[in-house]
Amino acid sequence: MTDESKDVRRVTGKLLRQFGEKAITVEERSGSGIPSVIVDKAKILEALFFLKNDPDCVFDMLTDLFGVDNYKEKPRFEVIYFLNSLKNKTRLAVKVGLAEGESVPTASGIWKAAEWFEREIYDMFGIRFEGHPDLRRILLDDDFEGHPLRKDFPLEGRDFDKPFVVQLGEEK
Amino acid sequence: MADTRFMTINMGPQHPATHGVLRMVLELDGEIVKKSVPYIGYLHRGVEKLAEARTYHQALTLTDRLDYTNGLSNNMAFCLACERLIGLEIPRRAQCLRVILCELQRIAAHLLWIATHALDIGAMTVLFYAFRERETILTIVENVTGARLTPSYIRIGGLAKDVPPEFGKMVRDFINEFPGRIDEYETLLTENIIWKKRTQNVAPLSAEDAINYGVTGPVLRASGVNYDVRKAYPYSSYEEFDFIVPLGSKGDVYDRYVVRLQEMRQSIRIITQGMERLPEGPVNAHALDVVPPDKEEVRHDMAALIRHFKIMEEGFKPPVGEAYGAVESPKGELGFYLISDGSNKPFRMRIRPPSFLNLGAVPKMIEGQMVADVVAAIGSVDIVLGEIDR
Repeated sequence: MTDESKDVRRVTGKLLRQFGEKAITVEERSGSGIPSVIVDKAKILEALFFLKNDPDCVFDMLTDLFGVDNYKEKPRFEVIYFLNSLKNKTRLAVKVGLAEGESVPTASGIWKAAEWFEREIYDMFGIRFEGHPDLRRILLDDDFEGHPLRKDFPLEGRDFDKPFVVQLGEEK
Repeated sequence: MADTRFMTINMGPQHPATHGVLRMVLELDGEIVKKSVPYIGYLHRGVEKLAEARTYHQALTLTDRLDYTNGLSNNMAFCLACERLIGLEIPRRAQCLRVILCELQRIAAHLLWIATHALDIGAMTVLFYAFRERETILTIVENVTGARLTPSYIRIGGLAKDVPPEFGKMVRDFINEFPGRIDEYETLLTENIIWKKRTQNVAPLSAEDAINYGVTGPVLRASGVNYDVRKAYPYSSYEEFDFIVPLGSKGDVYDRYVVRLQEMRQSIRIITQGMERLPEGPVNAHALDVVPPDKEEVRHDMAALIRHFKIMEEGFKPPVGEAYGAVESPKGELGFYLISDGSNKPFRMRIRPPSFLNLGAVPKMIEGQMVADVVAAIGSVDIVLGEIDR
C-alpha cells in the first residue's frame, strides 16, 4: 500500500510540474480513498494524453469513465476518468467539473474504450462530448426523454402511471 | 442507384447465439464482415439509479442480478467497495470462504461458457458434460446460500451465515472428481480438428488493441497481457494463494478457450489450498452498527431484535468519501465505485462491467472475418447481457 501511494505521489508531482497548480488540484484522501486529481476542463485532453504516454505514468488502460451529478454543488456535474497502469499497478481518478450544458472534449482518440463510456454518460446525464465519432444513446431507447441518472429524474420514471396503450387511427 | 455491393444483415436481438438480447447489425461484402455495430440496452433495469434509493445492505441484492451466472463474485465486489468505504476488516475464515466460493462460481461460469460456446460452434456433447458438473457446483451453492443463482450470501462485514457442516465433504468430493472432468472436455475439443479449424486464427485481438479497448479477463490474457486483479490488486487474502495466471499468445478464439480451461484448473488449486487452510472462527466482523446479529440471537434477545431491524431498515452511515472495490470475475475486472455523501444510501454507485468493454472490442475482432465466425467470436468473449445493460 505504501509503495502504491509513493507511485501515485510521483505521478501527481509530475503532473503538477507539467501543467501547473492552476490546472491541477491533487485531492488528499486518507485511508482507503482513491488517489485523485481534479483537472481544469481546458487542459483535460492534454493531461490524459500525458498520463497515458509519459514513461513514468503509463496509465495505459481506461478502467472506467462515468459521470456524477453533484446537484447541490457548483459546477453541477463531474466526469471521472478512472485510470489503471498495468505496468506500475497503480490507479488514479482524474476528475473534471462541468456546469449544466457544458461539454468536454472526447477521450476516444486516446483510449478506444472511452467511446462507449462517453455514449453512456451522454445517455445518462446528457453531457456532450466534442468530437465524439458516434454520440448516440447506448442503453436507452433513441426517443427516450430525459437523462435518468440525473438526481432530478424521478426514480420511478416519468409516465409510469399512464397505461401503455396504442390508440389505433390516432396518429400524433 | 443505391450501392448494392454491401448487404446489411440484422442479427438478433432474438438470436440463439447472442446469449441474451444482443443485436448486431452487420455490413457484409459477400461473406466478409466489413463493419458491425452492436446494439445493447434491451435488458436495462437502471441498477445504478435503483441503488441510489436503497441502503447499502438493500443494494447488495441488486448486484446478484448483474451477471446472473456469477452472483457471488458480484456480491464480493460490492462488499469489497463498501468495506473499504467504512474501513472494515473481515475475519480470516470469512475471507477464505469467500475465495473458495468465488472460485467455485468461476468454474460454474466457465462451464456455462464452454457449454454454450461449443454448442454455438456445433459441438453439442460438451453441453451435457459441462452442465452435469455445473449442477454439482450449483447444488453446493444452494446448500450454502439457499439459492442457486441469486445468493446474496457474501454480505457487508462477512457472510450471511457460516457454511453447513456437509460443505467440506461436498467441496472435497468435487475437487477430487473435477480435474478428470476437465480432461474429458479436452479429449472432446482441444485436439479436435473441427474445433481447431473453427477457432484457430479466428477473431484475433492484439495485445495493444485489447488494452486500448479496456478489455479484461480471459480475453485480455488470451492476447498475452498478464493482468489479473487477483494478482495485481490482491483482495480477500488472494496474495496468500499459490496459483499461476494462464496466458495465451495469439488472442484468437482458440487461445481464449485454452486460457479458460487452464483457469478452471487453477481454480481447483486455489480451492484445494483454501480447504486445507480454512481457519476456525467467526464469519462476520465485529461491527455492531454494520453487521446484523445472528438469527439465533434475534429469537432470544430483545436488544438483538431491535438491532436487527435498525440495521435492516436504516442501514449504516459511512463517512463522506469514495471507494473502489474490484474483483476478477470470470468475465474480467468487475468494479464498484461508490461515492458516499455521509447518508445511509450510496450517493452514486458506479458499476464497471467487464462484459460491456469486452463487447466493445467485438467489432474490432470480427472486422474482415467470415460471417459464420461472428458466432464463434461473440461466444468466445463470454458476454452476459444482464451485466452490460445493468
